[in-house]
Amino acid sequence: MSFLIDSSIMITSQILFFGFGWLFFMRQLFKDYEVRQYVVQVIFSVTFAFSCTMFELIIFEILGVLNSSSRYFHWKMNLCVILLILVFMVPFYIGYFIVSNIRLLHKQRLLFSCLLWLTFMYFFWKLGDPFPILSPKHGILSIEQLISRVGVIGVTLMALLSGFGAVNCPYTYMSYFLRNVTDTDILALERRLLQTMDMIISKKKRMAMTRRTMFQKGEVHNKPSGFWGMIKSVTTSAPGSENLTLIQQEVDALEELSRQLFLETADLYATKERIEYSKTFKGKYFNFLGYFFSIYCVWKIFMATINIVFDRVGKTDPVTRGIEITVNYLGIQFDVKFWSQHISFILVGIIIVTSIRGLLITLTKFFYAISSSKSSNVIVLLLAQIMGMYFVSSVLLIRMSMPLEYRTIITEVLGELQFNFYHRWFDVIFLCRG
Amino acid sequence: MASLDRVKVLVLGDSGVGKSSLVHLLCQNQVLGNPSWTVGCSVDVRVHDYKEGTPEEKTYYIELWDVGGSVGSASSVKSTRAVFYNSVNGIILVHDLTNKKSSQNLYRWSLEALNRDLVPTGVLVTNGDYDREQFADNQIPLLVIGTKLDQIHENKRHEVLTRTAFLAEDFNAEEINLVIEKRYFLRDGNQIPGFPDRKRFGGGTLKSLHYD
Repeated sequence: MSFLIDSSIMITSQILFFGFGWLFFMRQLFKDYEVRQYVVQVIFSVTFAFSCTMFELIIFEILGVLNSSSRYFHWKMNLCVILLILVFMVPFYIGYFIVSNIRLLHKQRLLFSCLLWLTFMYFFWKLGDPFPILSPKHGILSIEQLISRVGVIGVTLMALLSGFGAVNCPYTYMSYFLRNVTDTDILALERRLLQTMDMIISKKKRMAMTRRTMFQKGEVHNKPSGFWGMIKSVTTSAPGSENLTLIQQEVDALEELSRQLFLETADLYATKERIEYSKTFKGKYFNFLGYFFSIYCVWKIFMATINIVFDRVGKTDPVTRGIEITVNYLGIQFDVKFWSQHISFILVGIIIVTSIRGLLITLTKFFYAISSSKSSNVIVLLLAQIMGMYFVSSVLLIRMSMPLEYRTIITEVLGELQFNFYHRWFDVIFLCRG
Repeated sequence: MASLDRVKVLVLGDSGVGKSSLVHLLCQNQVLGNPSWTVGCSVDVRVHDYKEGTPEEKTYYIELWDVGGSVGSASSVKSTRAVFYNSVNGIILVHDLTNKKSSQNLYRWSLEALNRDLVPTGVLVTNGDYDREQFADNQIPLLVIGTKLDQIHENKRHEVLTRTAFLAEDFNAEEINLVIEKRYFLRDGNQIPGFPDRKRFGGGTLKSLHYD
């Protein structure tokens, strides 16, 4: 009976997450494009829904909500579904959409996408070889195998992203790095840009006029075609066409210059906006946060170095350790167990929420920067894949932040993975990225 | 040569609708073989004989300014783009017939271009909502071009074309729907058989500025 209630609660929350993912997709990601293939949207929302459910289960674990056996069941089911999606469905669809974009292979789409998927599976399997994750007890197609590989990729991604974020964040927010931009600078650049455009225009006018007079005089400007054409063009070449090639080269150089000027001007405008933003309250607040974060990032890098150098892996989570320290040094007596539960819950909750939010924002920015109307489907699916792997691996890493008794269920479900290895791998990549 | 009058026409539209291909087609009479992203603005020039064959024939240089980017760009990019919108004689709005959003974005594009002209201080007065009244006293002629007609399946063409007809009416603009494809074009010079309204376009743009 309680199992049914629990299941219904889980399913309702899953539907909620699905709806949220759908909305996010429609409003944010695909704001400027038309959704022609609904499959993409569905897959994205489903991945999002199941990833969030995993986090939800962790929170339930800490809080002790729901029956223990039903939790276990849902964990298993959730993991199976997520793995299915991440390893089977999403790569297949990515291959399918890539192949559909290439015109040549349009007829045999399915065949080629299957081929692509098989290559993906091959590399995916090979990925597991150099890492110490195989335990001889379990078979080939078990959950542990798949999760271990997904975990490796996901942890790599996480470390890359967080390393990049650690370095980028202080740069963006701190006003120390902003150089001073005045309006006159911008105006001067704009004037140069317009002058360049005018030069391009006058050269193109000459070219167009030359071509027109050539055409009227009956000399059709043919590109030398074939072997004899090339030989002929070496000895005799119309003076008009020579001029044209010269001018064309000048025009190419000028166009490149105009592009550079355009980008520089846009850059100046952006810097000016940042300066203005930093003068407002919000800006000042973020500036302060920026200092704070940069110190935090530096500390993290430092800790990562120490971890690697001294080959140390944290056994107890920071919360318990913090409480122990306070109990020992400050002599304050309070119920360790009670407080550790709540504090760890809050900490884990904050980590989860900020990481989800940060990930979604980064994905959106990334998507805007590189997508076009043709490749938008492929990119969204890639993003869904990254998101899924990121969430799976953050579950693995969160284990470190949780007190001992809550780790049991994760350990139980995921088998005997070498968690320590993961943490060290994370630190290595984080350091490299920084 | 520089003594010929100049006509500046903006070509606006979302990324990937075919502006660069269109401009290349109009100016070079060839199809663009390898279209790539336009960064900033690329200009091309076409020599046009206004009112050909009549005694009032005059030759003009039509400058087609193909501005790249999307409506959702950062405001720094928008401010940079605004420098190209000065003293414009005509605007060509290009949208993709296979992509509904590009047609909807045309409203925002026209607002961006026209507001810049009307308010020289560069401050956008409206909040971006479309209002037909704003275009009522607009002196700058608009032309709406829909591309990639060949990629729409036969039986869907009718509804797509009716939708775009409404769009053109909203702007009080002329409309052309076309295909930019290799096999439609002959190799000799200025003849473009797949583009029947060319003369009308040329005349429409220049008529409004022939007020001297």
